Amino acid sequence: MFKPIVEGKIFKVGNDIDTDQIYPGRYLYLTFPNEIAAHAMEDIIPDFSKQIAGEDWIITAGKNFGCGSSREHAPRALLCAGVKAIVAESFGRIFYRNAINVGLPVVKCLDIIKKVNQSDSIKINLQDGLITLYNPEREISFEKYPQQLLMILKSEGLIPCMKKYREYSHLTDKIKNQL
Amino acid sequence: MHPIYQILSRASKRNSVKPGEFIVVNVDLAEVNDLYLQVLLSFKEMGGDRVWNPKKITFVMDHYAPAPTIRAAENQRKMREFASEQGIYNFFDINRGVCHQVMPEAGLVWPGMVLVATDSHTTTHGAFGAFSTGIGATDMAAVLLTGKIWFRVPEIIKINIQGKIGKGVMAKDIVLHIISQLGTDIALYKAIEFDGETVKEMSLDERLVLCNMSVEMGAKATYIRQDEKVREYLIDVNSGKYEEYEMMKFADDENNKDYESVYDFDISNLEPQIALPHRVDNVVPVSQAKGKPIQQALIGTCTGGRMNDIKIAAQILKDKKISPSVRLLIVPASHKILQKCIELGYIQTLLNAGATLVTPSCGPCLGAHEGVLSSGESCISSSSRNFPGRMGSKEAKIFLSSPATAAASSIKGVISDPREFL
Repeated sequence: MFKPIVEGKIFKVGNDIDTDQIYPGRYLYLTFPNEIAAHAMEDIIPDFSKQIAGEDWIITAGKNFGCGSSREHAPRALLCAGVKAIVAESFGRIFYRNAINVGLPVVKCLDIIKKVNQSDSIKINLQDGLITLYNPEREISFEKYPQQLLMILKSEGLIPCMKKYREYSHLTDKIKNQL
Repeated sequence: MHPIYQILSRASKRNSVKPGEFIVVNVDLAEVNDLYLQVLLSFKEMGGDRVWNPKKITFVMDHYAPAPTIRAAENQRKMREFASEQGIYNFFDINRGVCHQVMPEAGLVWPGMVLVATDSHTTTHGAFGAFSTGIGATDMAAVLLTGKIWFRVPEIIKINIQGKIGKGVMAKDIVLHIISQLGTDIALYKAIEFDGETVKEMSLDERLVLCNMSVEMGAKATYIRQDEKVREYLIDVNSGKYEEYEMMKFADDENNKDYESVYDFDISNLEPQIALPHRVDNVVPVSQAKGKPIQQALIGTCTGGRMNDIKIAAQILKDKKISPSVRLLIVPASHKILQKCIELGYIQTLLNAGATLVTPSCGPCLGAHEGVLSSGESCISSSSRNFPGRMGSKEAKIFLSSPATAAASSIKGVISDPREFL
């Protein structure tokens, strides 16, 4: 079920983490979630999926996270490995769409990377556009999701969304009614 | 209104669109490649039975051509079966080439159309005046189901290129220089139009390189104004399809003021460029990279494997031998190009020089097969990306260059200036 509030520990990475680093091209023929999860971030953070097992983690990144390829394996690998959300200064556009489509919350927030430390706690309110950081406790706002995207996230991705509505026109009509 | 906005207005059945708006558009062509069986899995999970319109869907088996593993072979088989069940007759198997060359060659790409494909380099088709962009597997599944997709209307950046192109300098050098100046995120969520005298003078093959590499600046789509060169090509590949052309026609409004920003480049004194590992914007003139040893040179793929590219490689390698310490891979972008290159003697010249011919495809660019790199190796490549691990080992180095620079470097075994051979 969709949870508007996501909480976890920060896993900090840098700028321009491309899709090859998130999910290497040599594993693109794989399709099962457990197979994909095992290779998440493999080339830059060995044993990433094992490292994050058992706890809730939120990746926090600099600019252009997920630049590069159109591979949906990239957000799928992170989601299947247990990543709860990603906050970055900006995202590669296809990665951003793909993440929303697979139900992985992605949040654009300027300068976030300068404000956080590895393993700090973070809370994200997806509905209200608010991030809470601790030590010291403070709130940072981010641009709220357009209704269309929030709708897909609330459905937990485009697959359940399409299964329910079958047509984009239903999605847009529904949004109009909500606004 | 800018042609991109005219295209998006027509496709969304609106009178006009504004940057930042969310619109749902009708897709004119959707292409699926052999990497993403997930498209079919998501389609089934959505409850999909029949695709919205088999005529507007195409499959290209290009990333795993021919299949390197049993799993890749099974994915391709499932795609062949799906296409056959659904009556998708524009199915291009492993004997055709890379989607971004195969689709235009097959007469499927038109100015004014909305084209989506499961490949980031789909920005290429802006050179034909199409609104074309890369999407992921589940987005594509929804397109197969509904024929529609949502877009945020992009802002448009204009890049003017002026100046006479120097000897041995190619579109790849120009675009690497532009990326180094503007950065890899300048066009995130935005579209790029290329304009200026230099672009007008360029061949269609070279313009495709500018549009292809634009995704390395984050671009969603590209646009280059159509001219006689584009029209001649389209008439050549599309004889008898004027109806489609008329349907998608738009006015070329040269005086539109829809640009978010404009950048001017004068490339008169530009020398060949090299993107050093591991960033596409880590660019230096070839004079600053000369002498670095390489073990592999790659000329090919959707970025650098067109007629023009193989022709200049053959010119440089004519009556020469590649260094014994180098493997030179030639990966034509399509079988049509390969056949034309055989006809013109280029392939014979390259084989005489010691080149290895690879099936027209994506080749080793994405590190799947056909020439992956071991740790400690360096490769100079006319392909698009030099990210860590992109072409095999994360301990390997990729230097991006023009096909001319890659050819020259294969002779000396170190990064070399192509102007010494022209």
